[in-house]
This record gives sequence, structure tokens and C-alpha cells, in this order.
Amino acid sequence: MLADLSDRQWLWGAAGLYVAGVLLGTVSLLRGGRPSGAAIYGAILAGYVLQFIGLGLRGHSTGGCPLGNRFEIFQFTAWSAITLYLVVGVTFRSSVFGAFTSCLGAALTLLSLSIPPWDAIRRTHIFGGNPWIELHAALAMFSYGVFGLLALASGLFLLRHYSLKSKNLGGLFFFLPSIMDLDHIEVRLLGAGVAILTAALAFGWVYWSRDTATVGYLKLAATVAVWVAYAAAFGLRIDGRLLAKRFAWTCLALFVAALLSLEAVEGSRHPGAAQASERVSQ
Amino acid sequence: MSEPRLFVIGASHNQAPLEVRERLALVSEEGIRADLAAVPGLREFAVLNTCNRVEFYGVGDDGGAEASVQAAYCARQRLSAGEFERFRFRLSGRDAVLHLLEVASGLDSQLLGENEIFGQVKEAYAAAQSCGSTGAVLNRVFQKSFQAAKHVRTHTGISSGRVSVANVAVDLACNIFGSLANSRVLVLGTGEIGGGTAKAFRSRGAADLAVAGRRIERVAEVASGLGAETMHFDERDSRLADYDIVVCSTSAPGFVLSTHAIAAAMRRRPARPLLLIDLALPRDVESSAADLQNVFLYNLDDLAKIAEQNRSAREAEIDRCRAMLAQRADGLWRRVQHHLLAARPRAGAPRRGPDAAGQAASP
Repeated sequence: MLADLSDRQWLWGAAGLYVAGVLLGTVSLLRGGRPSGAAIYGAILAGYVLQFIGLGLRGHSTGGCPLGNRFEIFQFTAWSAITLYLVVGVTFRSSVFGAFTSCLGAALTLLSLSIPPWDAIRRTHIFGGNPWIELHAALAMFSYGVFGLLALASGLFLLRHYSLKSKNLGGLFFFLPSIMDLDHIEVRLLGAGVAILTAALAFGWVYWSRDTATVGYLKLAATVAVWVAYAAAFGLRIDGRLLAKRFAWTCLALFVAALLSLEAVEGSRHPGAAQASERVSQ
Repeated sequence: MSEPRLFVIGASHNQAPLEVRERLALVSEEGIRADLAAVPGLREFAVLNTCNRVEFYGVGDDGGAEASVQAAYCARQRLSAGEFERFRFRLSGRDAVLHLLEVASGLDSQLLGENEIFGQVKEAYAAAQSCGSTGAVLNRVFQKSFQAAKHVRTHTGISSGRVSVANVAVDLACNIFGSLANSRVLVLGTGEIGGGTAKAFRSRGAADLAVAGRRIERVAEVASGLGAETMHFDERDSRLADYDIVVCSTSAPGFVLSTHAIAAAMRRRPARPLLLIDLALPRDVESSAADLQNVFLYNLDDLAKIAEQNRSAREAEIDRCRAMLAQRADGLWRRVQHHLLAARPRAGAPRRGPDAAGQAASP
């Protein structure tokens, strides 16, 4: 019976579990208790497994990493963020961070699932059998997942900062990590995201330099702009010129800009490349 | 024959004022344990002795065991039975179980929801276990009380937030710096409140403390009590950038830290936040410093307000905690009754002492 489930059904299951993680955290906070880190981590892990299966099925049917339309990009970004959380999240020792990660996963997966036109056209073999360009795309999207988690940490930083400045430390604020811990998390995530995106661009550069006609200038400009913006933010933070609230707001704004830049990437897909499109009736 | 009976007898801050509790407190528990071990019909017992309560938990063959426990205690403390009975409480059966659950959870504490009592109950149980005075009943009741206390503390806000100004200040620092092990604390002034707050920082892991004041001898005395360095008061502005947390409690008539000096310090350490705790009246820190980036300024009123909010939040949780514990006490009492029935003495059978009961314990 499980074998009969479609990739989207697995992904709906994953979204449901991410929502369960959010609910676990929310109910605990509303009842005045500390959210159970183990329960939230368990819900996220279970959701991750279902999403992994769903994306695996999709990848199998599209003949490569599932990054062929906006739906797949959002799903892959959520999956990347959750992957990173599952690997390093426990070191944050914050169940609230887990609840917010679950929220990010739920938001990205539910948004993509609830807009059928995003998945109306499924492109297959979009990388034309070139493993390097597939690696470039996968790494680039993984870095977006890292930046998603960075945006989340930045949001928590701003909440913590607000609570300390407004002298309101009860409720949700009681369970937030310290401002220094959040700052360290932000810097590490930004460094990791920039490093991964740099590697992605390096692989893409090799491919592009051999055949410049295959990549639209809009996509190239958008991608490079995102990389420059994040690298600049990292440099300014290390140099001590972009700090605290301004740094957190910058990270949030950059993630929104990075998501918007995907429009440019999506819109500049080369119709003639070695790819086939399949319109799917939802 | 009647079944054995679970009981608790004692006195706490609820019944006895401080001067009475001073007389009720046991200096050492060794002697009373030896006395209780010799009480006929007392199968199991544990002694909980803290600054706010003296309580004897026991399982006895009949009501006579309770009277004997009271007599042994009064004899040791040189109290008359009448004197003790004015302040004592007695509970048995399910009420005794519920009482222990509430004590372990901090619900019966003077400082509602405090954590120290949990450790004290654990110590009392460990001591009773090590001298073989617990058996199947007390083992189960104490162990379940620990689980219940953990559950209540985790799932309600009964222990959330601090309720003293010094501890609120330390919590604030933890909200900013996480661990205090790498945070440097400067205490300006040698007043009692500043010293108390510095002690709270030290006890929560702050390793690097310095004290500055106008009176050199007093500074040296306070610093020595805290294991802190001394600093000349006039150096406070120039060395401000070296510290993460500054506790001010001088009696100076004007500001001792100006916004200008703090801004200058922050330019030298822009990435690291600065927490200013102003406990002085009149205030030591210029209030406009709160507007600086990465500077967090709290005065005495702010801290008192947070402590009061925490206290109210804890009080709001009492009913929910009581309901949770009552439910657990009901279930636990039902299971304990089976043990008590099983332990009912048969005609002609030898009486089981604490040692025998301890061997039959089922953790």
C-alpha cells in the first residue's frame, strides 16, 4: 500500500509531521511549559524521512535532482534546512529552535504543496546528464536551506533582543536561547552558507565558461548578486561593522531577496536545453 | 489484624514561625534515626530535615507507631508533646502521598517552586535507603515523587523565572551571554545588595569578578569574600570595555557611569553585549545608555518587576500543579495499598523490620 503512494502524498505526510512539530511547541508554550526537545526532534526527523522518500521518488521520475520547478525548489530548500538542523541542531540545545525549524519546514512545504500551478509542469532530465551541473544546482539549493535556517536564527535573535530591550522576559521569551548563542549560530550558518554557495558557483562557472549560451544573463546576475550580498554580509560581520540587530535584519532581508531571486532563475530556464517537460494534471 | 499505615508527621513553615523552627530543626539526623529504628511496629521510615521543615515519613503497624515517632522526636529535641502538637501536622494514606509529591515539587515551599527542596528530598531518601529504613512502600512513594516533581517542573511554569532580585539579574546575564564561565563581572560599590548579586553570579559560574569602590579597605574586604580582583574606582571608565556585566550599587549622589563613557567602551567591543545592572538609589548609570546598541540596562525597579511577574506566574500555576499531583497521588496510593495489604502481618508471623522490607523493595 505504501508503495502505491505518490511523491506528493509522501510530501504531504512530511508537511503534516512538520506541522505536528510546530503544534507540539506551540501547545507547550501556551500551557506555560518547556517544549519537549525530543518530541519535536522526533516529529522533524519523521517528517524528514517522509520528505526524503517523496523527493527520492520525484528525483527517480525526473531523472535527476528534483529542481525542475518552483514546487521542487521549495521542497528541496526545506529539506536542506531540515538536514542541517538534524545534523547540527542538537548542539543548539534549544527546543524552541526546533519548533521554529519545524515551522520553517512546514511553511515551505505547505506553501509549495498548496499552489498546484507551481508543480503543473514537471521537467525531466534538466541537467542533461551532466553530473557537475547537477551538483552545482544541488549545492546552490542546499545553501538556500542554510540561509533559511540563518533567517530563522536571525528571527529568534530579534525576538530575544526585543525581549531584553523591552524588559519582557516571560512566555515564549523565557525559552529562547541567549543572544550570544544566537549570534554565534548566525555567524556559523552564514559562513557555512557562503562556503557552500561559493562551491556551487565554482562548479557552475566551469560549466558556464564552456558554453556561455546555456545560462541566461538574468539568472547569472541574480545568482551572483545573492552570492555577493551574503559574502559581503559575512565580511562586514567578521570585520565588526554589521552587528546585532542590523546583522539579523540583514540576514532576514537577504533570505527574502534570495527566494525572490529564484524567480529570475526559474524564468530564465533555457527551453531548448536537453530537457523534457511534462504537464501534470493535478 | 489491621493493615500497616503510611503516615507523615512533622512541622513546616506553614505552621511554625522561624523562632519555633529553630527549635524544631534537627542538628543531626543520626541520633533520631537510631531512635526510630527502635520504635516497635515502625516498618519503614525516612527523615526530611531542612531549614523550613522537619518531617517523618513512616509505615507503621498501627496508629501507635506515629505516637512513638512523635515521642522519640520530642525526647531528642527536649520538647513537650503539647509544645510540638501546637505546630505539627499529621497526614496518612493518600494525603501523605500527596503531601510528599507537593513537597518534592516545590509546591509546599516558602519560596514557591524553588528547586533546592527536590535535592533535599532526594538526600533524605538516599540517607534512609543507606541505613536500610525504607521498604517497598517508601521506596515506591519517594521514587514516584521524584518523577512527579520532574513532570510538574517540566510541564508547568511552577519553577520558571527567578523570584529574587539577585537571581533575576543572573538570569538576565544568562539570557545575554548563555554560560557565564567566560563573562567578566565588575561590581561598582561595596554595598550589601551589590555583594549579594555578585555572590549569585559567582555561584552560577562567573569565574572572573572584580570589585571597585572608593574605600580601599572595604573593597579589599568585599573582593576577598568573593574571591575577586580589586580595581581602583577611578579606572572604571577606562577599563569598562574589559567587562561584560557591570553591577552598580554605590551610594554616589550622581551618575558614576555616563552614557558617553559607556559609548566609548562599546566602540572598543562592538560585537560583545554589555549588561548594566543598576541597583543603586539614586541611580548610578545614566538612563540614556539603554539606547546604545548592544547595551542592556536594568535598574532596581526593572528587576523587582520581573521578580514579581515571575512570582505571579508561579502562583498562577498552583491549581494546575495541584490537579496534576492529585491525579498522580491517587494512582500511586492505589498501588501502595496493594503493598500495604500484602505486608499485613499474619497471626503468629514474625514482624518485618526495615531491613527485611528494604530487601523486598521494588524500585
